[in-house]
Amino acid sequence: MKMPTISPAFTQRIAVGLMWTLTGITFAVLVFILAFILVHGLPHVTWTFLTQAPRSMGREGGIFPMILGTFLVAGLAVLVAAPIGVATAVYLSEYTREGRLTAVIRFGADCLAGVPSIIFGLFGFVFFAITLGLGLSVLSGSLTLALMVLPTIIRTSEEAIRAVPSSYREVSLGLGGTRWQTVFYVVLRSALPGISTGIVLSLGRSISETAAVMLTAGSALRLPRSLFDSSRTLALHFYLLSREGISMPNAYATASVLIIAILALNLLAYALMRRFAIKVGR
Amino acid sequence: MQTATATIRAQGFTASFDGQPAVRGLDLELFPRERLAIIGPARSGKTTFLRSLNRLNDLLPGFTHSGKILRDGKDIYAAGVDVAELRRKVGMVYATPVPLPWSIYDNLAYGLRLAGIRERSRLDERMEAALGYAFLWNEVKDRLHEPANVLSGGQQQRLCIARVLMLEPEVLVLDEPCSGLDPISTAKIEDALVALKEKHSIVLVTNNTKQAARASDRTAFFLLGALIEVGPTAQLFTRPTQKQTNDYLMGQFG
Amino acid sequence: MKRDRVIGAILLVVAMSAISGLALITVFIFREGVPIILRVGAKQFFLSTDWEPSLGHFGILSMLVGSLVVTLGAAVIGVVFSLGLAIVLTQFSPPGLSSALKPVIELLAGIPSVVYGFVGVVTLVPLIRHWLGGPGLSVLAASIVLGVMILPTITSIAIDALQAVPRSYLEGSIALGATRWQTVTMVLLRAARSGLVAAVILGMGRAIGETMAVIMVAGNALDVPRSLLAPVRTLTSNIALEMGYASGEHRQALFATGVTLFVIITLFNVAALAVSRQRDGRGRVR
Repeated sequence: MKMPTISPAFTQRIAVGLMWTLTGITFAVLVFILAFILVHGLPHVTWTFLTQAPRSMGREGGIFPMILGTFLVAGLAVLVAAPIGVATAVYLSEYTREGRLTAVIRFGADCLAGVPSIIFGLFGFVFFAITLGLGLSVLSGSLTLALMVLPTIIRTSEEAIRAVPSSYREVSLGLGGTRWQTVFYVVLRSALPGISTGIVLSLGRSISETAAVMLTAGSALRLPRSLFDSSRTLALHFYLLSREGISMPNAYATASVLIIAILALNLLAYALMRRFAIKVGR
Repeated sequence: MQTATATIRAQGFTASFDGQPAVRGLDLELFPRERLAIIGPARSGKTTFLRSLNRLNDLLPGFTHSGKILRDGKDIYAAGVDVAELRRKVGMVYATPVPLPWSIYDNLAYGLRLAGIRERSRLDERMEAALGYAFLWNEVKDRLHEPANVLSGGQQQRLCIARVLMLEPEVLVLDEPCSGLDPISTAKIEDALVALKEKHSIVLVTNNTKQAARASDRTAFFLLGALIEVGPTAQLFTRPTQKQTNDYLMGQFG
Repeated sequence: MKRDRVIGAILLVVAMSAISGLALITVFIFREGVPIILRVGAKQFFLSTDWEPSLGHFGILSMLVGSLVVTLGAAVIGVVFSLGLAIVLTQFSPPGLSSALKPVIELLAGIPSVVYGFVGVVTLVPLIRHWLGGPGLSVLAASIVLGVMILPTITSIAIDALQAVPRSYLEGSIALGATRWQTVTMVLLRAARSGLVAAVILGMGRAIGETMAVIMVAGNALDVPRSLLAPVRTLTSNIALEMGYASGEHRQALFATGVTLFVIITLFNVAALAVSRQRDGRGRVR
């Protein structure tokens, strides 16, 4: 007796339909999250909201100090980590021989890139805030974040550098270039798209970070007047507003500003990659 | 362009990688204004020898050498030698054309810019001469600022030759430059070499014995790291003195 | 030439400082956390559910279980959706669409953890409470939220793994008359298996390190969760919640929790590396 068999073509239709459904659900979730925040929050994002200081713990007023705080903490973190990270990547890939030591360093960087931000927060709290006496401050926060994104910048830069064909290097050296000339004019120039994407993504991660800044930059509502002042970032402000139930409209508005900033950054990263791809000549 | 006055002379030269010799006890001279072809089966040390001439082998881990390679009577491996200057004077073209991911202009100007020469007028002047010698001027003169990788394979290889010529080298070293190129491009490059030998010494490694027969004045036969025989091309091909040479040319092995 | 040497020296100094700085963090965390594990006793620390800092009791088992359970849940959800996404994007979607969709997936990765947690608390938790019972703040909520959060990670690595399979394998299968779906299940997935497993492991590593979103939806109760609907506290939440006011031995115990996390994540990384080095059917690496 022959069992009725399902044709492979039919199986394929079902399976592919299922996959597309999963894909659709995924994007629906993404759109839902963004829409949920923006719909509730954008109406409250006014010019005064963006430029004023908060009043009564954030129930009224605006978020200007938080915008500045985020800018300082995240911006400084990347400003410190980027040159150091790229230099380290250059040194590791161009100035050392491949061996056990470099493999260990690479593995260590990969591990640290995966270490939860809360652990960096722990370290930053005890080391920067207490031991070095910087207290809860913009400086503690940004140094902690710099350490947090450093492994990622090292790894993405290193991968971008290693992707440059070795024949390019041989050509440059064969024309009488020194090692540094080769690195600077050929390797870095070709690796630039990958390197800058890594840096922009690290900036995005710094802006979104909450746990680590909570423990190191503090949560002061006032405008920071120096790097040694405590300051509250947008992400932290949003968290505190929503957890304490202080002001839902303001919470949504803060989250909206945060999301728009991140969207803009992602767009920038995307545009950067495309522009470099064109400039380098396909 | 300056005339070639340097001779290159290998004296008892041995190149090893991690202790394994790739080229052993080499005694070979390169005269001014000649095209020397180097033939031989794979793993004969031909490429190793070439890369030793401009010290590109220094880049590879485990490289050691003994003996000398004299340029104008001075060992290029002596301490204190300016390797960058050596590489400018001994210009190398590789088997696969490697245009850098820039415009044709930037590719050609790169070598001079590395040496600190940046004035447009000097660059342009040399560029026209170099491209002329590489038989490429007419084909690219109107599109110098286009990306180099839109050129065909044969054009790219001639670009690489021109790129090296920009530095006015004394010796041209070419490692199987026509492998993978169509016959027309190959013919163009061989013609260019004829013109270039007026002012340069040329070493040409080739796996194609017929090309060696066509495009060289003297030929050297390498086998498993040793120089078996060297002599005027016509003579080597018709009346080789060593049995191994004869066997290789007859196609007994390869 | 001389300038070259100077630059080389500068790069050396910078690189060594960066590397030793990062190594210092590891050493520091271990130095702060390991002594208390030894003092309390490893068995007591890892296998006791009694976490009462004020009495000097430091047993992290309930949080350890919490972290692992939530991570596993996230992995299940992550795998299902990521695999589907990866297969669709690499095999069944027109090239224009897939290159447009990839940056959108990256966008998911950019959304801050606190936003995920917030949306979870406001929409998902009440849904669970209404339809499935319990407080809503639960293992289930945390797994779902984390699953969505690690989706971009798993998807991008999975896409790389799928695209690394030589075209000749796929073309050979089609040439034998298989449908595209049959090719996917019988050839593609098997060939990319080690890369896909590595993707999941790395996704799990991300999930177990997540803090803010979990705090907001998991309930943070100090008991070993008995069902999917029970509230749970993870290792990361514990650190975040108590760090602000901990001192002395309590703080050291939190560092010890950090050490535990560090070791677990390193193990994940090692596992992912080992898995991705496996040979495929023809003895070639991956």
